[in-house]
Amino acid sequence: MNLPVDTDELTKRYGEQLAVDRMKLTVLPGEIYGFLGPNGAGKTTTLRMLLGLVRPTSGSVRLFGRPPGDLDGVGALIESPGFYPYLSGSDNLKVLARYSGTDPLRVGEVLAMVDLADRGKDRYSTYSLGMKQRLGVAAALLKDPRLLILDEPTNGLDPAGMADMRVLIRRLGAEGCTVLLSSHLLGEVQQICDRVGVVSRGRLVAENTVAELRGGTVLHIESDEIVRAAGLVRRWIGAENVRESGTGLDLTVAPERASWLNRELVTEGIAVRELHVRERDLEQVFFELTGEVAGHVG
Amino acid sequence: MWGSCTAELAKLVRRPANWFMLGIAIVLGLTFTYLLPLAGAAGSSSGAPGTDRGLAATLPSNLVGNAIGGLPVFLGAILLVLGVLAVGTEYGWSTWKTVLTQGPSRLTVYSGKLFALAVASLTVVVASFATGAVTSALIASSEGEPMNWPSFGSLLTGIGAGWLIAMTWATLGAALAIAMRGVALPIGLGLVWLLVVQNLLFGVAAPLVDWVGTLQLALPGANAGSLAASLGASGATPGVGELVSASQATLVVAGYLVVFAGLGGWLLRRRDVL
Repeated sequence: MNLPVDTDELTKRYGEQLAVDRMKLTVLPGEIYGFLGPNGAGKTTTLRMLLGLVRPTSGSVRLFGRPPGDLDGVGALIESPGFYPYLSGSDNLKVLARYSGTDPLRVGEVLAMVDLADRGKDRYSTYSLGMKQRLGVAAALLKDPRLLILDEPTNGLDPAGMADMRVLIRRLGAEGCTVLLSSHLLGEVQQICDRVGVVSRGRLVAENTVAELRGGTVLHIESDEIVRAAGLVRRWIGAENVRESGTGLDLTVAPERASWLNRELVTEGIAVRELHVRERDLEQVFFELTGEVAGHVG
Repeated sequence: MWGSCTAELAKLVRRPANWFMLGIAIVLGLTFTYLLPLAGAAGSSSGAPGTDRGLAATLPSNLVGNAIGGLPVFLGAILLVLGVLAVGTEYGWSTWKTVLTQGPSRLTVYSGKLFALAVASLTVVVASFATGAVTSALIASSEGEPMNWPSFGSLLTGIGAGWLIAMTWATLGAALAIAMRGVALPIGLGLVWLLVVQNLLFGVAAPLVDWVGTLQLALPGANAGSLAASLGASGATPGVGELVSASQATLVVAGYLVVFAGLGGWLLRRRDVL
């Protein structure tokens, strides 16, 4: 089967710096795939290689079984949108429609899809950041693509615009369009993606459904002596299973060990203020997989 | 392919800066070719270039030489800027990725740009002929001089030669923009080459140093100047002088056009679009 996206050992090196490291990425037909990673992880470089804008150092790329550069049925918005400032939004799209051989009537449709129909005649240079971003998405939709590659499409949008964009992406997915969505916004990915690939330092470190990535539950502990409690718990269940979370600790441990843990802490003279089982969120998984600190991601 | 050509043409036509440059080219051409000689004939002794050419130089019989005389240097500079803008702003505005993700190959887009530049170059040359024709007809009628127009064949040859020179400079601009991925540096370096280095070689160094004189015979400016001179452009115009035969000049200028176009396409195809 010709997958919408299929890469094998995809690598990009800039001198000594390894931007993308043997990436094996597959996107299935009709799914919304979240490409998740912190800034500088190699997401955009990977997407540029998919589209033939950047040549891989090694490895292969196939979109619908075709080599990069053959973008029939593929629409994309990569990083910030780029348009001609002296043209209106509508004229920008009409020029792009000439390149792709798209019917100019489609321009009005895509402007309406991104809620820019009433500003289409205005010069692009007068657009706000959010409007520019929406025009970028409109350009990506121009060819009525079977595969839509969106790199941080909600950048610059206000909360309402972000919500609208998520609705649009979900609707496109429901209509059968395959979407590859790159983002560093965990909530966004969690809300709309069927499957997620987590990239860190150029490598795909995990690829699964959001539910499976989140996996099981964690045991959350709150105590007035959290530093001493952390040291003890790390010794008992292993440091890799203990993570600071707010003012408490998240422990990757079976829920039935909660009473044992409570008893041991109390025996050590540590009063436990709160102890409950909770589901892991994607952010936690992300931090575990990438080793990033919380401040790096939204 | 045709889609890329019409897209590039649409961008070129709708860009106000291009019309501004066409206006500048026409005003410069008319000033140096007609206004200064007329001022000289009327008794002005400012010493500005062209004031000593006399009234006869402005009459319709000299239309071909007058229309293409500016192309080796100052009109060439405007066409170089036009070429840089057509390609270089795609880097500045980050529009290469937007265009290329619509599907056309890099060479298809590049070919479309060269097509649009060819149309722009022809427009500048034809505008130069048209405004020159009107101006010289007005001068002839006001001075009671005969209107001896060049033959149709001479006009076609002149337009063709002018188009070749104009396209070569525009393509040099495009190639420089791709090589330097922008606008400012290619325009700066291109103009320094066209207006300073070439003129120094042509006017100062070549008469004094033998090998410089030989070297300049292989450069595009000297050959463009020779081609213009062979069709009647005044030797008093900067950059114009019959240094090589018309056929050799044509071949060398055409060769540079091919080299500039090929170099730009090769670089664009080879490099990553960042």
